[in-house]
Amino acid sequence: MTGTALTLARHGGARPRHLTEPRAVRWALTGTVLVFLAIFLILPLVVVFSEALANGIGPYFDAIKDPDALAALRLTLTAAAIAVPANLVFGVCASWAIAKFDFRGKNLLLTLIDLPFAVSPVISGMIFVLLFGRQGLLGPWIAEHGIKVIFAVPGIVLATIFVSFPFVAREVIPVMEASGAEEEEAARVLGASGFQTFFRVTLPNIKWGLLYGVILCNARAMGEFGAVSVVSGKIRGLTNTLPLHIEILYNEYAFQAAFAVASLLALLAIVTLVLKTIVERRVHEQLMPGIGD
Amino acid sequence: MGFTIFYLCLVVIIPLSTLPIRATSTTWDVFWNTISDPRVIASYRLSLGTALAAAVVNAVFGILVAWVLVRYQFPGRRIVDALIDLPFALPTAVAGITLTTIYAPNGLLGKPLDAYGLQVAFTPLGITIALIFIGLPFVVRTLQPVIESLDIEVEEAATSLGASRWTVTRKIILPYLYPAWLTGFALAFARAIGEYGSVVFISGNMPMQTEISPLLIITKLEQFDYAGATAIALVMLAISFTMLLTINALQQWSARRLVG
Repeated sequence: MTGTALTLARHGGARPRHLTEPRAVRWALTGTVLVFLAIFLILPLVVVFSEALANGIGPYFDAIKDPDALAALRLTLTAAAIAVPANLVFGVCASWAIAKFDFRGKNLLLTLIDLPFAVSPVISGMIFVLLFGRQGLLGPWIAEHGIKVIFAVPGIVLATIFVSFPFVAREVIPVMEASGAEEEEAARVLGASGFQTFFRVTLPNIKWGLLYGVILCNARAMGEFGAVSVVSGKIRGLTNTLPLHIEILYNEYAFQAAFAVASLLALLAIVTLVLKTIVERRVHEQLMPGIGD
Repeated sequence: MGFTIFYLCLVVIIPLSTLPIRATSTTWDVFWNTISDPRVIASYRLSLGTALAAAVVNAVFGILVAWVLVRYQFPGRRIVDALIDLPFALPTAVAGITLTTIYAPNGLLGKPLDAYGLQVAFTPLGITIALIFIGLPFVVRTLQPVIESLDIEVEEAATSLGASRWTVTRKIILPYLYPAWLTGFALAFARAIGEYGSVVFISGNMPMQTEISPLLIITKLEQFDYAGATAIALVMLAISFTMLLTINALQQWSARRLVG
């Protein structure tokens, strides 16, 4: 290090409070990042809405008020309305078990919860076809009982539950672990029942983490494409969800209509991001009190 | 506790276990013939190749994005920060049709690129772009907390001992970020291998050329060739599990480094 004195002299005065890169480097990096993000993130978002409104506002609402589109919207909302509460209840139970108790195989349980993240959505849909399809393992049995799962609504709901399964648990576990078990123990010692303890002590502690998980879970449930497309059969007006309806319109070259329906889901995405940003800050404050910005 | 395990079995374990069960009902020859079919091999090569290329691009730009977002102040930083999660929140089908429209030969960016003889949509390049889109948040979100936790005093010490800014970056900051960087890379890679929705529209789906493995599974399922679909899926699952184990190992490694 022969240039030590020289480097110190050069940097000594110019570096007042913060250790950072030279201004030119900072600007170059920021510029690169903003251009990259503008092309990859902002441009697509703008294009969804500009294409949706390409033929004016009238055709836009026509596309959305189309009976098939409305049926798809209803099915998407139904699937999410079943999948999100189911995964919410599971998420709370699983995080309770993982955060408050010690047991063998905890890591295995955590890995299993993450599993749906690691599996391709197409495979997620396919396993339900293998299970309930006509040639599937349980296929003959459910056919005898007159239940239809694949190419029907139950299959769509099952696939949706599978792909949106980890979100609530993943977000609630760290919050529950951070809040510890002492408050619950105190409540029990003071005579609260199990339910009272949960609703008065645990739930208020985890509410932001829970909300955060629900927002993510809902976004995935409503937007899932790969898994649902395998099990749905894409029957218009019956087993078509919004993302599948977009695909059909697009493949029929009804681009403007496809983007009109897509803009609904893009709006959902924007609402999700806004809510997420607000809730994220609360979670952050809760996990690191005093540090939150 | 009991409910947790019951639900987990019902929703995850039982459905997933049908895959290997199903596979045992086919013979080894059928399995091998399926996965050694040139069309299937081409799809694996395409899926892995484009996923790798996208993950590399994401690793390079992801660390820049994370660094700029954590360290620098500029107007609109909060909004940009929130936008990073757009690929998580935007349904993949929407991303797929939008990217295709932008990069199609008559599209907003497709047209000027086409003038230079560079076709993006309906080529492996287009697939890579879709995969960059969906993979970016993984790298950025993995790196951000680690950059935030960087101790300013270490940098200060190094600088006061005479290290230039470039040396500090190379010798202190980057090694510290390395495990998280790799984790983000692996997550983006793993997600990209199995991605379907955002890719089918932009890929063009030409057999042997732009046909990804997940699409091939769907094609086989639609022909009721369940044995073939299972075989392709099993190989993909094996790749995914290897990735998952690698990610877990990386995370343990990085946790150890952060503590030590």
